Amino acid sequence: MAAANDPIHQFQIVPLIGDGPIAFTNSAFYMGLTVAVITGFLMLATSARTLVPGRFQSLAELSYEFVAKTVQDSAGKEGMKFFPFVFSLFMFILVSNLIGMIPYTFTVSSHLIVTAALALSVFVTVLVVGFAKHGVGFLRLFVPHGIPIFILPLVVAIEVISFLSRPISHSVRLFANMLAGHITLKVLAGFVTMLSAGLGALGLLIGIIPLALAVAITALEFLVAFLQAYVFTILTCIYINDALHPGH
Amino acid sequence: MTQSSDGKPDPTQPETEGDLSGRRERLDRELKRRSDLKTAEDAGTRNPRSDASGLSLAMRVGSEFVAAIIVGGIVGWGIDRLAGSSPWGMMVFLMLGFAAGVLNVMRSAGLMKKPGD
Repeated sequence: MAAANDPIHQFQIVPLIGDGPIAFTNSAFYMGLTVAVITGFLMLATSARTLVPGRFQSLAELSYEFVAKTVQDSAGKEGMKFFPFVFSLFMFILVSNLIGMIPYTFTVSSHLIVTAALALSVFVTVLVVGFAKHGVGFLRLFVPHGIPIFILPLVVAIEVISFLSRPISHSVRLFANMLAGHITLKVLAGFVTMLSAGLGALGLLIGIIPLALAVAITALEFLVAFLQAYVFTILTCIYINDALHPGH
Repeated sequence: MTQSSDGKPDPTQPETEGDLSGRRERLDRELKRRSDLKTAEDAGTRNPRSDASGLSLAMRVGSEFVAAIIVGGIVGWGIDRLAGSSPWGMMVFLMLGFAAGVLNVMRSAGLMKKPGD
């Protein structure tokens, strides 16, 4: 009963194979499952390679065109070099979020360490590409034009803090949205069982209200699952654009 | 009103084989009219999309603000630990983090230009 109604219980990491710090956990299993689903879907979709696409092929083409358009809008033609990276990020987050919407599954992106690793990979990419392409000139990112010399140190400090805050806001946004959504869903669904257990038939009748809310929030969660993957992608593109063109 | 004269073959004029270019012209006009209709429809259905991106913008703004304050606090705390200047580093950098948070919010709301622009 306690475990069934505990809203945090769904986020527990359980070692499946082995034990200790390098055990194969349920989180690792669902990450592997996500990659397997994406790979299987894209291979199945592109195996026919017809001129007039079938259902799966048009879905694959749609996801390609969507990400390609996002990359080109935010980072320009030059940003298409990073298309494989951005597409992998988008598909991984989107598919893992959608797998997490299936009841009794585990949501990978509801753990801060996973989203932080994704955000830091973007952050490190931006730093490496920026310094490799522009050398010290990349630091122009922190020095806006037309600032009087005596307040320049202050502005540079603020810009540096603003830059360092990117991976935090980037990762926390995805993590917090998925965590909060799944907890809300679980709490509302838990009300139904608790009401019926406590008040019997009357409780079951009152339980219609939280049940209706849970259904509505499930729909919202599907929107959030897509939206957060999109937001993560578009911010990645914006950051990569900074690395490519630090000071126009 | 122009559809009968545009789209349908005119019954008063007998169609001949040599009339092919005229028929193609009519077809072009009809296709163009339909594609124009479609683009007009597409423009009308843009609104749900901009709503979704508006929601994502709202979600961005909050975390941008908090993240900058956290980073400011951490940087200040680190400087205090290294230089033993507690609590001045944290006080100064929390204020700078606050300013950076406001900058982040304004930037993500599109009110400020990007760095270096």
